[in-house]
Amino acid sequence: MSILARLALAASIATALSTPLLAAEMTVGFSQIGSESGWRAAETSVTKQQAEERGIDLKFADAQQKQENQIKAIRGFIAQGVDAILVAPVVATGWDDVLTEAKEADIPVVLLDRGVDASEDLYLASVASDQVKEGRVAGQWLVDTVGDKECKVVELQGTVGSTPAINRKKGFEEAIAGHANITIARSQTGDFTRSKGKEVMEGFIKAENGGKDICAMYAHNDDMAVGAIQAMKDAGLKPGSDIYVVSIDAVPDIFAAMVAGEANATVELTPNMAGPAFDVLAAYLKDGTKPEKFIITESKLYTPADNPQGEYDTRKGLGY
Amino acid sequence: MADTSYTLQARGICKYFGEHTALQDIDFALRPGEVHALLGENGAGKSTLIKILTGAYHPDAGEVLLEDRPVSFRDPLHAQAHGIGTVYQEVNLLPNRSVAENLFLGRQPTRFGMVDKRRIEREATELLARYGLDDIDPRAELGAYSVAVQQIVAIARAVELSGKVLILDEPTASLDRNEVEKLFEVIADLKARGLAIVFITHFLDQVFAIADRVTILRNGRLIGTEPLTEMSRTDVVRMMLGKDISFSGGTSAVGEREVGELLVSFRGTGRTGSLQPFSLDIHKGEVIGVAGLLGSGRTEMARIMFGIDPADSGEIRLNGTPVSIQSASDAIAHGFGFCPEDRKADGIIGDLSVRENIVIALQGKLGWFRALNRDDQLEIAGRFAEMLDIRAASPDMPIKLLSGGNQQKVILARWLATDPGFLILDEPTRGIDVGAHAEIVRTINRLRDDGMALVVISSELDEVVAYSSRIVVMRDRELVAELRGENINPSVIVQAIANQSDEAIAS
Amino acid sequence: MRRHPLMRILNAQTVALAGVLLLNWFLFPGFFDIAWQDGRFFGSLIDVLNRGAPVAILAVGMTVVIATKGVDLSVGAVMAVAGAVAATMVVDGYSAFTAIVVALAVGTLCGVWNGLLVALLDIQPIIATLVLMVAGRGLAQLITEGSIVTFSDPHLIFMGTGSFLGFPMAAVIALVLMIAVTLAVRRTAIGLFIEAVGINRSAATFAGIRSRMLLISVYALSGFCAAVAGIIVAADIRGADANNSGLWLELDAILAVVIGGTSLLGGRFSIPMAVIGAIIIQAMNTGILVSGFPPEFNLIVKAGVIILILVLQSPIAQQLLIFSRRNAGKRSTP
Repeated sequence: MSILARLALAASIATALSTPLLAAEMTVGFSQIGSESGWRAAETSVTKQQAEERGIDLKFADAQQKQENQIKAIRGFIAQGVDAILVAPVVATGWDDVLTEAKEADIPVVLLDRGVDASEDLYLASVASDQVKEGRVAGQWLVDTVGDKECKVVELQGTVGSTPAINRKKGFEEAIAGHANITIARSQTGDFTRSKGKEVMEGFIKAENGGKDICAMYAHNDDMAVGAIQAMKDAGLKPGSDIYVVSIDAVPDIFAAMVAGEANATVELTPNMAGPAFDVLAAYLKDGTKPEKFIITESKLYTPADNPQGEYDTRKGLGY
Repeated sequence: MADTSYTLQARGICKYFGEHTALQDIDFALRPGEVHALLGENGAGKSTLIKILTGAYHPDAGEVLLEDRPVSFRDPLHAQAHGIGTVYQEVNLLPNRSVAENLFLGRQPTRFGMVDKRRIEREATELLARYGLDDIDPRAELGAYSVAVQQIVAIARAVELSGKVLILDEPTASLDRNEVEKLFEVIADLKARGLAIVFITHFLDQVFAIADRVTILRNGRLIGTEPLTEMSRTDVVRMMLGKDISFSGGTSAVGEREVGELLVSFRGTGRTGSLQPFSLDIHKGEVIGVAGLLGSGRTEMARIMFGIDPADSGEIRLNGTPVSIQSASDAIAHGFGFCPEDRKADGIIGDLSVRENIVIALQGKLGWFRALNRDDQLEIAGRFAEMLDIRAASPDMPIKLLSGGNQQKVILARWLATDPGFLILDEPTRGIDVGAHAEIVRTINRLRDDGMALVVISSELDEVVAYSSRIVVMRDRELVAELRGENINPSVIVQAIANQSDEAIAS
Repeated sequence: MRRHPLMRILNAQTVALAGVLLLNWFLFPGFFDIAWQDGRFFGSLIDVLNRGAPVAILAVGMTVVIATKGVDLSVGAVMAVAGAVAATMVVDGYSAFTAIVVALAVGTLCGVWNGLLVALLDIQPIIATLVLMVAGRGLAQLITEGSIVTFSDPHLIFMGTGSFLGFPMAAVIALVLMIAVTLAVRRTAIGLFIEAVGINRSAATFAGIRSRMLLISVYALSGFCAAVAGIIVAADIRGADANNSGLWLELDAILAVVIGGTSLLGGRFSIPMAVIGAIIIQAMNTGILVSGFPPEFNLIVKAGVIILILVLQSPIAQQLLIFSRRNAGKRSTP
């Protein structure tokens, strides 16, 4: 064997060793709900991105909104002998059996984005945002911005009775609770959609003296805020200055509105639920470190000071 | 009650629906151990009578006696509990349950409060053996077996539940020859066991093969009850079509007249599974009468002529030129018109006004864009309402509010409005009042004299004989005879329908 | 015997509309205020017309479908498809005109597909159109790749937010479509044929009406109307939202038709009354928005009003109404 050949062999061995051996062999199954919203699509693409960065072999299964598909996918993952499973559960109930099967196969499961009604022993951890906190961050922004001024707020709720609508309303109300100058004058559901957001805002503008009495608009998601911004413009109002616009999710289009000076603040619901999940899985598989059971993602506030154009550009590529 | 005791008896039964008389003074008696055929054309009152015997309807007059005691059944279940079981053409069982479960449905033997499945299966096997169905697995799904087997299972169930009277309503309509034979063996066996059996069919062969006596209804009236041993097929047909037919006279005067030039000719026209190919030439100023029993193929012929069920063999020529008739609109474009037999299902458009019902075929001929305006419509409707003496309070009233006779005249008006060269009328006078009847017959005569070519299907032999230039006779889905001249007379027609003395029909 | 013109417009629909509008006025005194602003009318009443337009447009097509004893459940999904097609095309650089024409053609084709299933394969309309109701939204999501495709083409946006003589473009389009379709079916024989087929398809066929062609045409019209509505809704929010555009609007459209007095069993129909039905539904929605009811009451309020309208339409109530008309008529004749 020549010197050269020996060197080449050593180099190749070194390369092989230097790549994280553990991660390279890690195979993770991901059962996604579907692609019902832009955020969901972004979550899928961020998860794939994160897996690629870490050299994880990700097996992706789209359940098309059906629990039976998710259960089938998880059983498939177990049969294939993956190292770990990520699930974004479509509903909360009915998971005990399949999670027990995973546990018996000694495969850790991490829940993404939503919880389940099953014993906590059956999964390793759950990664989710704190929706109440999101509402609180939005409310706090408004409190800090208006100071002592009188401020009538109109609220565009999510779908009546849905968990995010209830929690985001609750958080916002908590934040403004000690401030008598800030009151919620009107609150209606915009069903989380742009179209309904616009329609409801039109109604609010008519009902509140052509919109002149409205100081701020709080929407439970950015899509409704985008619709409401259009309604304000159609009514001859200047969103962002005549009426403050604050919402939740941080989708690309709200950053576009910020660039145009038409939105003031948004609270991020990060699509990166998988990053923290991969971190705890890597630690657990390496030396059995038990992670925190409920991992809460950051609810970061974005304002026009946070380079909205740059945020728009990075997020646009994620499939929102 | 001198000589015989009857199992089931109906006396002086009358039933009215509004102004329509469905049954008038019907007597019907059923002996134990007999097969009693109940015959009649559509609308004769067979099903109304059955519904009264089984408690589905209540008679407006008369009484029903079961073993000489007057009874009044609340509903068919009540009648079943008293010994009267019915089996319909469409098997009313559960095809996705086992044969055994079907046999014992609603009366499952139980053991400790649970259905005793093993006992059901054992008893079912014994029961099936008695009906010659040894090779049937009682655990198999009923739907897996042929209609004939299902039919026999239904009969076995009805007999087990009832046991005195068995009513078979067209049980053979969807069976093939072998299946019919198998069914007849079962019936013969039941008859030997002393059951009284009512058998409804429109196959004369089967009546003569199995029945002991026959009761014939026509237009809601009893024509007669006779032992079949004393009857010929011709007698039966004559009773079904009209007892007043005189065998000597009645020859049509119309048959001798000159007819116009040839208008439509059918050459080997037929449709697989529906009608054997037939050939027929129809001239201007000629009425072709079509005679035959229910199910003989007479309505099928009309549907083929009009393109409702397009022909799949032969050719159709109009004025000597071959034409393609694949749909009703094709036929109408060639100047055809058709008053269908079932006025309610295929004729009237109930919620539309009399005016709209009259103009609809003409408008269909004109197409989507050459719309008749309201004034045109009123003019046309008014003209034909006067011509046919249509009695409607207003041309804008919904046709469904009119009497049957007036509805029929509206349908006739609908076709006359299209100015047809060739008009097909299927039972134009059935179920309508005397005045409207006369008006329609008058109209047929007038149209013929004005040079129109007509095909008229009717069970009213006197009537057909009176206006027809020629008569074709249908039997077993085939055109079997064409009668001209002096052969246009009721007795020849009846013989042709009954398929007796073929030599008499030679024309 | 012609009735007094005032008596003729007095029917369950107009009474209900007046009732809902008055109730809104009672709950929100500024309801009838209309201002002129930036070259257009501005006010709650205008919002009712503008927001009611998509359902009104759907109702135009749905009326003729229901009159043939059918139903079109796919209109909501077809809206999403048409909006997705128009949006992705303008984003890809096609002119608004081309995008609109193609979107309308796609919507019409969706309708033709429904019509073929119903007319040629004799599939029950509710099942036949259910296919596209489910698949159509998936198709729209494929076109938009799951996200909201936003656009800024001013001509396309004009379809949803522009104005004509001060009135919202959507309402103007709905009005034009209503008048055009009403004239098209009533000045030709098509309306008569639709009613005939809806009441008794067999008898209509015997009378020589080509019912298949007619059925395909009415479903095609419904698809076309859905495409128009889909373009308007997308233009209104400057984006095609495949997940939510037209979601459940098929039910509002059916409700509008029923409120408009057309029986689900087919037969006699009235397009203008169905449009009034759509406006009644929207007047309720807008009324709820401006009145300040908590959103939890939305559906209860709507259900209550709808029950009231349907009771007004019931045969018994109609008898009473006719009776009062007759009496009024008697008094007016000298």
